Amino acid sequence: MADMTHDTLAAAGPARPARRRLRLSTIGDHAILIAGALLMVAPLLMLVQMSTVPDAEIMRTGPSLAIGDRLWPNVRAALTESMSFSGRNTGLAMFRNSMILGLGFAVGKIVVAMMAAYAIVYFRLRFATLAFWAIFTTLLLPLEVRIVPSYEITQRLGLLNTWTGLIVPLIASATATFFFRQFFMSVPEELVEAARIDGAGPVKFFVDILVPLSRTMIAAMFIIMFVYGWNQYLWPTMIVTEDDRITLVQGIKQITQGLEGGQIPEYGRSNILAILAVLPPVLVVLFFQRWFVKGLTETDK
Amino acid sequence: MASVTLDAVRKVYPGGTEAVTPTTLTIRDGEFLVLVGPSGCGKSTLLRMIAGLEDITEGELRIGDRIVNDVDPADRDIAMVFQNYALYPHMTVRRNIGYGLRNRGASAGEIARKVDEAAAMLNLRDYLDRKPSQLSGGQRQRIAMGRAIVRDPALFLFDEPLSNLDAKLRGQMRIEIRALQRRLGTTSIYVTHDQVEAMTMADRIVVLNGGRVEQVGTPAEIYHAPASTFVASFMGAPPMNLLTGRFESGAIRLDHGPALRAAPGGRSGPITIGIRPEDVRLGEGDHVFDVDLVEELGAHRLLHGRLGDQHFTAHVLKDMPVREGRQPIALPDAALALFDAQSGQRL
Amino acid sequence: MKRAAFDQKWFPVLLLLPQLSIICLFFYWPAWQALRSSFYLEDPFGFGSTFVGFENYLRLFRSGEYMQTAWFTLVFSLSVTFLSLAIALLLAVKADGVLRGAKTYRTLLMWVYAVAPPVAGFLALILFNQRWGPLTEFFRAFGWDFRIRLDYFDTAFAMIAVSVWKQIPVNFIFFLSGLQSIPKAVREAALIDNRSAVSRFWTVTFPLLAPTGFFLLIINITYSLFDTFGTIDTILRNNPGDQPITLTYQVYLDGFRGQDIGGSSAQSVVLMVVVLALTIVQFRMVERRIHYT
Ligand SMILES: Nc1ncnc2c1ncn2[C@@H]1O[C@H](COP(=O)(O)OP(=O)(O)O)[C@@H](O)[C@H]1O
Ligand SMILES: [Mg+2]
Repeated sequence: MADMTHDTLAAAGPARPARRRLRLSTIGDHAILIAGALLMVAPLLMLVQMSTVPDAEIMRTGPSLAIGDRLWPNVRAALTESMSFSGRNTGLAMFRNSMILGLGFAVGKIVVAMMAAYAIVYFRLRFATLAFWAIFTTLLLPLEVRIVPSYEITQRLGLLNTWTGLIVPLIASATATFFFRQFFMSVPEELVEAARIDGAGPVKFFVDILVPLSRTMIAAMFIIMFVYGWNQYLWPTMIVTEDDRITLVQGIKQITQGLEGGQIPEYGRSNILAILAVLPPVLVVLFFQRWFVKGLTETDK
Repeated sequence: MASVTLDAVRKVYPGGTEAVTPTTLTIRDGEFLVLVGPSGCGKSTLLRMIAGLEDITEGELRIGDRIVNDVDPADRDIAMVFQNYALYPHMTVRRNIGYGLRNRGASAGEIARKVDEAAAMLNLRDYLDRKPSQLSGGQRQRIAMGRAIVRDPALFLFDEPLSNLDAKLRGQMRIEIRALQRRLGTTSIYVTHDQVEAMTMADRIVVLNGGRVEQVGTPAEIYHAPASTFVASFMGAPPMNLLTGRFESGAIRLDHGPALRAAPGGRSGPITIGIRPEDVRLGEGDHVFDVDLVEELGAHRLLHGRLGDQHFTAHVLKDMPVREGRQPIALPDAALALFDAQSGQRL
Repeated sequence: MKRAAFDQKWFPVLLLLPQLSIICLFFYWPAWQALRSSFYLEDPFGFGSTFVGFENYLRLFRSGEYMQTAWFTLVFSLSVTFLSLAIALLLAVKADGVLRGAKTYRTLLMWVYAVAPPVAGFLALILFNQRWGPLTEFFRAFGWDFRIRLDYFDTAFAMIAVSVWKQIPVNFIFFLSGLQSIPKAVREAALIDNRSAVSRFWTVTFPLLAPTGFFLLIINITYSLFDTFGTIDTILRNNPGDQPITLTYQVYLDGFRGQDIGGSSAQSVVLMVVVLALTIVQFRMVERRIHYT
């Protein structure tokens, strides 16, 4: 080993620490990101701030940096006092309605979609191709482009101001069906074969194998669909006219109309209602961030 | 062309892993140096520090006469071939190969000429206008090579460039890369976990283990004079037999076996004794080899079994008659390598 | 269909029944209705309807009001799409690049995804409040007397601003995931091949994001056309007057409030054609292998 140039194991030699390059660009990157984060967060903070100070002060100065003590009275008022004369659309009642819409839509859509996708992927159907196209054509046209005839049909069926009339027409699009179909197609074929050899029928296979396998997918779907359902505006505005069915998101317009009133507009209470309208979906998205992002980016394509 | 010098270069990742302990090493001008070692031993980290893709925690790195610790990868005059080729999927083969030249302000004519040259050298002429996704693994590998040679850099870096190819293509590309490097004379550092690649391609081999250099040497030195039990067992297939033994009354003996030879200078205590399977002589001598299994490999055979109560492998050429069961073997003195039983270092 | 599919005859039909009946009832029937009534003129007193051919469509294209709405919709959609894509791309590239705090930035930049469009409209009314809105005051400092709901341009500006704000997170999430799916080694190869970070972005990163960007383009146009209804309706508070509105809002106004079923149906069909055209473009682009494998 004489001709070896070097193989010292300089165990603790006086090694020169590498010069840290001062990276101006890194500071710039953070500046841009902080500006972006502020842009996103500031409006909501502004709503919170406004609801802590007396309405009369807002009237004069608008949003400021002052934090007052009106938050709890405003929260109480928003939850329990009604926005209109009927007395039936308190914050709590609207919250309940939004929950029914969000959850009902998410659950309904997922159940209907999983059933249909299961039928399409795992059965020999004579009219499979036809069913496939009939279902997936609905991806092409959103509810908004057929909003008026949809309203007329719902009316003709006597479903105005009912949960059915509110939720079922929103389900008439195949997004979730499409994703479940994609997912089922990617499930290894050996699983069905093994299940059949083990004597499992279609129901058993679905319940014991397919549903547990789809858990992540179902969770991601559920988050996306809940947010979508909760945030619906145009359709509820048309279908629901009775105060006791109004959702928070729908109520926003009433809130703003309240701000136009003659006396001191109730900014505190209105802002709390607006915050209440965004809080549940935001929490769901933040809390299940990983599933949500995965679901959105992997399925929406 | 350039030499590369590492002076006590060390890498600690932000998480606290010391991937490379302070390492001092010189790669000579025009040399083909192979870094070999098991997965996770720090080969890629070392290579990526040389490329400038990882910060150097401590120590000094020179390419030629220039200290490059703080020089951007694009300014180090290097080219690198990655394991997954790292081709630009949206560019044609032609644009892939020419991309580095274009960014260095080469003229269109010069780019075209050099790309054609490289394509001719690598048999890529017919594919220049395709996208990488339309080509086979071997062809992509060639594009990656083309991208490296077209720039005529001072240093080639390879990070396991052949490990995604099938065995046959791997053998072929091994020869091609080596021939190409000979022709161009460019200093090259080549990372692999495959000891066959290391042995067949290298001018010199650096064996890494746990972020530490175990041995530097020519393939022959590494094979015949391993510096430690680690090197002895990592290099060579099948690996060197490592047997436990001891110094006893001026001689070396195997545990539960007869004496081998006189010990140098009155030592005592346990040692590890190494012998390459092909250095074993069958049918003579005073050791008893109990063969369990004969592995037929065509040109030669491997005999697996036990010597005393230790696993042992012997390598015999195809003409030798072999059988299972107990038989005498000889372990020639000259072929024995002695290692410290604790540290594993060669004595 | 799987090779080892089940053989039952009626069970799958049962499974499909809910989905099929819902889409027949609430998709095909209304879509057909829209198409049909766009060729009829409904008697305002409910005494049947008369076939009028393309009259409803011609009426639309002759109407200055409709054409102005169409123009506004175009400008609105393009502005919202372009601005929210550009801002989101910038933020995604930066969020992908930093080592520290990447997760916090990601969370802060994406939560607005869950905010309902009407709340964005509500925010516009506060931010641009005539008397004390923070942004009104900001613009006043530059001599711009911002009058939301009174001045056509100012209202449009506010609508675009909050619609962009609401749409940045989706684009951010997709761009970030697109960036993260670019193989690390490809970026490193570029690092060796190209010393300019700006040129690296435009020659390697940006083209590799093209499939994501294209997909987002369609998503954003669809968002601007339809999902912004809540934002716009909240800002206008049922009372558009001569303020800017989009085509979807016009459908709602004419069909639901104005009871002009024929005209509104024709408008619906126009929107359908627009959406279908977008979808076809999308498929064509996918076919032309804008996706790299
Ligand atoms: N980016 C990183 N951050 C933290 N640890 C790393 C990183 N990259 C590699 N390591 C660790 O450093 C060690 C050496 O890794 P590497 O150089 O990739 O090994 P090799 O290429 O020899 O397989 C391993 O233990 C690995 O887990
Ligand atoms: Mg490696």
